[in-house]
Amino acid sequence: MLTETPLESPQEAPALSRRDRRKRARLAGSRGSALSRRRGSWIFVLPALAVYLFVVVWPSLRGAALSFTNWNGIQPVVEFVGLDNFSRAMDDPRMWQALGNTILIAAVVTVVQTTLGLLFALGANSLIKSRNVIRVIMFAPVVITPVATGFLFKNILGSNGALNSILENVGLESWTQEWLGDSDLALWMVCMVIVWQYTGIAMVIFLANLQGVPTEQLEAAAMDGAGPIRRFWSITRPHLAPAFAITIMLAIVGSLKQFDQVWVMTGGGPNGATETMSTLLYRVAFQYGQMSYGLAIAVVLTLVVLVFAILQNRAVSWSTRESR
Amino acid sequence: MVDEGVTMTKYTWRTAILESGMILGTLVFCMPFYILVTTALKKPNDPGGPLALPSPPTLANFPDAWVRGELGSAILNSVIVTVISVTLIVILSALASYPLARVTRAWSRLTYILIAGGLILPFQLAMLPLYQTMRDLSLLGTPWSLVLFYVGTQMPFSVILYTGFLREIPVVYEEAASIDGANQLGTFVRVLFPMLRPVTGTVIILNVVTVWNDFLTPLLYLYGSNQETIPVALFQFVGQYVSEWNVVFAGLIITILPILILYFLMQKTVIKGFSGGLKG
Repeated sequence: MLTETPLESPQEAPALSRRDRRKRARLAGSRGSALSRRRGSWIFVLPALAVYLFVVVWPSLRGAALSFTNWNGIQPVVEFVGLDNFSRAMDDPRMWQALGNTILIAAVVTVVQTTLGLLFALGANSLIKSRNVIRVIMFAPVVITPVATGFLFKNILGSNGALNSILENVGLESWTQEWLGDSDLALWMVCMVIVWQYTGIAMVIFLANLQGVPTEQLEAAAMDGAGPIRRFWSITRPHLAPAFAITIMLAIVGSLKQFDQVWVMTGGGPNGATETMSTLLYRVAFQYGQMSYGLAIAVVLTLVVLVFAILQNRAVSWSTRESR
Repeated sequence: MVDEGVTMTKYTWRTAILESGMILGTLVFCMPFYILVTTALKKPNDPGGPLALPSPPTLANFPDAWVRGELGSAILNSVIVTVISVTLIVILSALASYPLARVTRAWSRLTYILIAGGLILPFQLAMLPLYQTMRDLSLLGTPWSLVLFYVGTQMPFSVILYTGFLREIPVVYEEAASIDGANQLGTFVRVLFPMLRPVTGTVIILNVVTVWNDFLTPLLYLYGSNQETIPVALFQFVGQYVSEWNVVFAGLIITILPILILYFLMQKTVIKGFSGGLKG
């Protein structure tokens, strides 16, 4: 969805310009004419493409290729080891734990963030007087450094933190604990922090799309006796289809790569309970120095992201066909 | 005639209930900010719990964090890296989008697909080989490694935004300019780039937030050097003083303040950038 839309639509304008250009280039003949010089327009792409190839494409290809070797990042000579790194990953319980955690974070964050973002957007898209203030405040965490967010919540969720203090004040002393130290709870706390930080994005995307919902239709439906839920489902929801697609895609892809908040709050602990694919990759490559094994994990992560992106893309095109 | 249609145009008791609910939700959401500020204003021996107001409040934690965390140089480093990276991203991606939006030949379409495809690709795959390359080029520990990295990794997103926007602009403007004798670069710089202003704003905002806040890459490239950007400096600083939460929180406030002030000053533009730009 994200990559396809700009490709599809406005083909007419460039097509025209192309025909135009050829004709005029023929007429102009000489190299000096302004239009025939358009031929060299690929030079404009060159700097961007060069950096992109150097930083993204080439290292990614190398990374994929080197995951089949015993590369250690230091010696240039490598040996082909086939699927060794991958079979090691398949036998590694830490890898499965990290993969499970990563997918759980992505699922929980996507559902909660989309729901909360939608609710706040619907609430802020009303006549309430505080709507602008609420919008600005709800969005503020989005721009905050995730490292700072991580430390803030590490303190709040600690044994002397604010959460335990709140529980004591309302008479729930028995619930107080080290929230990030419990292997059953820590992952949920991580999800909560990510949701806190990024719900604002979902909210403003929904809000922008809500501007396109025709008020007259909503009023007419209300006159005809349709309740708020019915009105939302039949009139508002179809207009929000693109907003759903974008927020869900952003949440999924973003949380599958999750590193910052986890690394700061728990470092992947306790006992790997919050390890994600990214923290495991960092640990394996830079703390244990096992570069080629780290690459195998990176390849698995890449495949997971691609699979989810394709699934999400399919789901979107399926649901837009359904609603037509 | 008192029915629900009225709630959409008039402030009724239903709206009041909604308003209270929204305010309550936002207050719960704001709790972490309250904790952040009050903790930073407390003395280490403050008698109250984490929820209490500071008694008495102190500003001593701020200079303490500033000096011990070397936050001044971290902010400077972050500003340098962000300004140079985002400037280069804007120039390179805008230039690239010109032929990508206008030329319909195969090379143009393939290049667009190649660059746009990078949006989904997790950079973790390139991370390890690129680290080795940066090390071999002796770029580790310098801001240039980061600038190079951001210009490359932020290219897909920025090119998609520019190309999408440029395709909506009719070709007549540049045709007119070229008949007047301007060359391609001149046409682009003087005629088209000013028309791209709205999308340039979006590209700048989204990239500033991304580059300013990025943690993993500067952690790899700059950790332990004196060129650390804010997230890494913060990570190192808190690692050393983790028991002194009052100083740590003062440090957190100092480091998030620049971007938060920028956000509050330009909140309309920022929110529009995020909500509109991410549609791309």
